[in-house]
Amino acid sequence: MNIVVLVKQVPDTGAERTLSQTDHTLDREDADLVLDEINERAAEAALILKETTDAHITVVSMGPDSAREAIRKVLAMGADRGIHICDDRLRGADVLTTAKVLAAAVRTVEDVDLVLAGNTTTDGQASAVPAIVAELLGLPQLTHVRQLTVDAGQVSAERETDNGEATLQAPLPALVSITEKINEPRYPSFKGIMAAKKKPVHTPDLDDLFPDADDSGLLVTRTRVVEAVPRPPRAAGIRITDDGSAGRHLVEYLIARKLV
Amino acid sequence: MPDVLVLVDHDGEHVYKSTYELLAAARRLGDPAAVVVGTPGTAGRFKESLARHGATSVYAAESGEAGEFLATPTVDALELAVRDASPAAVLVCATTDGREAAGRLAARLDAGLLIDAVDLDSSGVVTQIVFGGSYTVRSEVTHGTPVLALRPGAVEPEEHPVTAVERTLALPSVDPAASARITARRTGLAGDRPALNEATVVVSGGRGVGGAQGFEVVEELADALGGAVGASRAAVDAGYYPHQFQVGQTGKSVSPQLYIALGISGAIQHLAGMQTSKTIVAVNKDPEAPIFGLADCGVVGDLFAVAPQLTEGVAARRAVR
Amino acid sequence: MNGKPMKDPLELLDIASVLTDEEREIQATVARFLADRVRPHIGEWFENAHFARELAPELGKLGVLGMHLEGYGCAGTNAVSYGLACLELEAADSGFRSFVSVQGSLSMFSIWKWGSQEQKQEWLPRLAAGEAIGCFGLTEPDFGSNPSGMRTRAVRDGDDWILNGSKMWITNGGIADVATVWAQTEHGIRGFLVPRGTQGFTTRDIKQKMSLRASITSELYFDNVRLPESARLPLAEGLRGPLSCLNEARFGILFGAVGAARDCIQAAIEYADSRVQFDKPISSFQLTQKKLADMSLSLGNAALLALHLGRLKDQHRIRPEQISVGKLNNVREAIAIARECRTILGANGISLEYSPLRHANNLESVLTYEGTSEMHTLIVGQAITGQVAFR
Repeated sequence: MNIVVLVKQVPDTGAERTLSQTDHTLDREDADLVLDEINERAAEAALILKETTDAHITVVSMGPDSAREAIRKVLAMGADRGIHICDDRLRGADVLTTAKVLAAAVRTVEDVDLVLAGNTTTDGQASAVPAIVAELLGLPQLTHVRQLTVDAGQVSAERETDNGEATLQAPLPALVSITEKINEPRYPSFKGIMAAKKKPVHTPDLDDLFPDADDSGLLVTRTRVVEAVPRPPRAAGIRITDDGSAGRHLVEYLIARKLV
Repeated sequence: MPDVLVLVDHDGEHVYKSTYELLAAARRLGDPAAVVVGTPGTAGRFKESLARHGATSVYAAESGEAGEFLATPTVDALELAVRDASPAAVLVCATTDGREAAGRLAARLDAGLLIDAVDLDSSGVVTQIVFGGSYTVRSEVTHGTPVLALRPGAVEPEEHPVTAVERTLALPSVDPAASARITARRTGLAGDRPALNEATVVVSGGRGVGGAQGFEVVEELADALGGAVGASRAAVDAGYYPHQFQVGQTGKSVSPQLYIALGISGAIQHLAGMQTSKTIVAVNKDPEAPIFGLADCGVVGDLFAVAPQLTEGVAARRAVR
Repeated sequence: MNGKPMKDPLELLDIASVLTDEEREIQATVARFLADRVRPHIGEWFENAHFARELAPELGKLGVLGMHLEGYGCAGTNAVSYGLACLELEAADSGFRSFVSVQGSLSMFSIWKWGSQEQKQEWLPRLAAGEAIGCFGLTEPDFGSNPSGMRTRAVRDGDDWILNGSKMWITNGGIADVATVWAQTEHGIRGFLVPRGTQGFTTRDIKQKMSLRASITSELYFDNVRLPESARLPLAEGLRGPLSCLNEARFGILFGAVGAARDCIQAAIEYADSRVQFDKPISSFQLTQKKLADMSLSLGNAALLALHLGRLKDQHRIRPEQISVGKLNNVREAIAIARECRTILGANGISLEYSPLRHANNLESVLTYEGTSEMHTLIVGQAITGQVAFR
């Protein structure tokens, strides 16, 4: 079985994340960059399949040089090889361009049966890239799943979203995105860490991935940041003393802050 | 005035409140054209309420299999509507399903996509809040038809009765090799609460809760808000709630959109685990409790009086959806 | 201009920059495992004198047990990686690190280095997986610094041996599946593998410890224990057998001490940053800064010493007196740092909610075992002067 796992390196949510003053893109200079945790669960889902079927796992990531470490981490967990798309022209790429590049990379893997991804990233949080990659590859999308079964060329899954729960079924090849409820990822073993550096990581040329496109086609910017303003630090807030109606005041407060 | 497409969110019987929010937002840009994707007859049921909230046209994208496949019928419908209406923008609700439909539509149209907008102005500039609340960003689409996903609750719905024209979209049949089939469906969130470190809302109880029984009040509020339950170390040590829900220096660190602290004094060890929450609400009997120095909204009062009232209000608000 | 406090005092000297990617990854993986599975509970385990035995197979899966040994299911990492793993383990708790040291460097190493092929096949894979637990019986109630005087004896009886005696202060003793026991024989000190359940072999856990509470420490008793010749470690002759194992463990310990000290300083920095007295955080007072600066200097020295010794070991050039330098310096510096950090935490420092006093208590054992400071001082003294001064 040929499995592709899509991963992303993101700023550590525990650390401070900033936007660059010049072009309002994520400031990766100061950021502690880590493999997005959900990707470890996607990798774990692939590795669980590998325990019971003959599977070959390719890790794909689009990102600057440092993204290679994210790929190595998944190789250390047990994946077989990596594909790293790294090109300065992709700096600040939007959701659609990202999906196009990832889809093109997946197309370079022969006979893909399953593409696995996390349901959302902790930096962009768009929750759209997996669905778009599925669209571009013409694959059924089984997204936001918390339970997954692959059997006899079919994938079935339990989906859970803010809209409710559903049971999904599709023939392979298919694209699956998983939520954090799906599994607990394994730690890479030391043997795995040491073996990872010998596993191949291919860095395809962007021009090879898109031989027919020119930069103005693939890399067109479709959106523009007009302004990015840091929000002011926490100041002392409002104080209410309950006279029997504080609960209702809180409801109003939450509504005004768009929290309900 | 150009058309502005609005994807209607519904459960077959009712239109969700978020759709009326989108219609109000759409009116800032042009004439709202609602797109209803569903089984035959659905659009007819919704036409009146959509028109009451400003929809000048209603597209019916109906087929027997519309509810049987994930996402594809919706994307097909939106694509057909775009080609028919050449709209100024397409608005969807930034729910999970909405984001995916928006993304796939943008891929088909090679359009600009902006997700989780909390505001939209008449020139099409959206406001987003990124990085867990640290930045407010204003963005606009510069290429193709703008496809915008708005956060539920971002815009107030408004009644604005107009006459709606009905239009039909002929949905193509779905290729079963390219689309996941939905074989069962359960609406509403059943089962477990979200995990503490993933939840957008956390409601925590402290020593002020007074006992394991008292935590029911905390749980009810968390459930009304669709959030996770947390506990201070004092509450855990006293046996009121299990250890895995402990928030603080020696427990979990959380950074949700909303953190409600009930009966928590705000010892520094607890604050260390939640002080980066976007909005902090605290309820405590003691006006000197340190947590009030950090709370955006602090209530001095009895949590057993305040929290149930809050729960009731939240549940009522959500029921309107 | 006030900036952010340093999260890791080892950043002061950019210690991470002299490590390879692989070493950093191994260290980070151990740290993560401990943060998830040990740190949330360690205060409670220390208080209740509980050893989390259920974590042994998980440590095995990671590859921590016997990690620097080759073959038999061991990870085969380099010595620096082993040191870094010990550093992280001890940053969590010395008792927990003691479990790993005894399992890997004493029990497994004794079999790996001095055992027969059959003994290796029988025990090493299970010990590496954490499915079996090992212990190392050298120290006796009356013989600590002077192991050559040990009273435990093994006497031949036909093809068998009869073992009599007792051992004291044995980590893992009460839960071990196999004990490597050193005994006096007619021809000198020899080592024997004694499986749990062997007739005449009993253990008793030591209670009322104020140190290494999150680890099992026991007495071992041998009352006419009959062992076949196949239980003897065939290649171990004389004190060289057990002492070679001790040097393996000491290597891990000299890194471990750096971890304990780092953890204490981290706790002190974080506390000093948030504790406000006289209207400002105590980290802005000069006396507190002097403590933190002096301790961080010492920590950096200890870390660099450990790394240097690690590189020497990986080049197969390390000498026993060099390990003694490492253990002597790093453990005594660490215990001083732990005590000093406790003072920065004030009254809060006496609570198990914070780590320094737990580390200080633990380090009392670490200071004493695997060679006391006095013994290591004399080993170094002999190396420098050429004169033997132990008696």
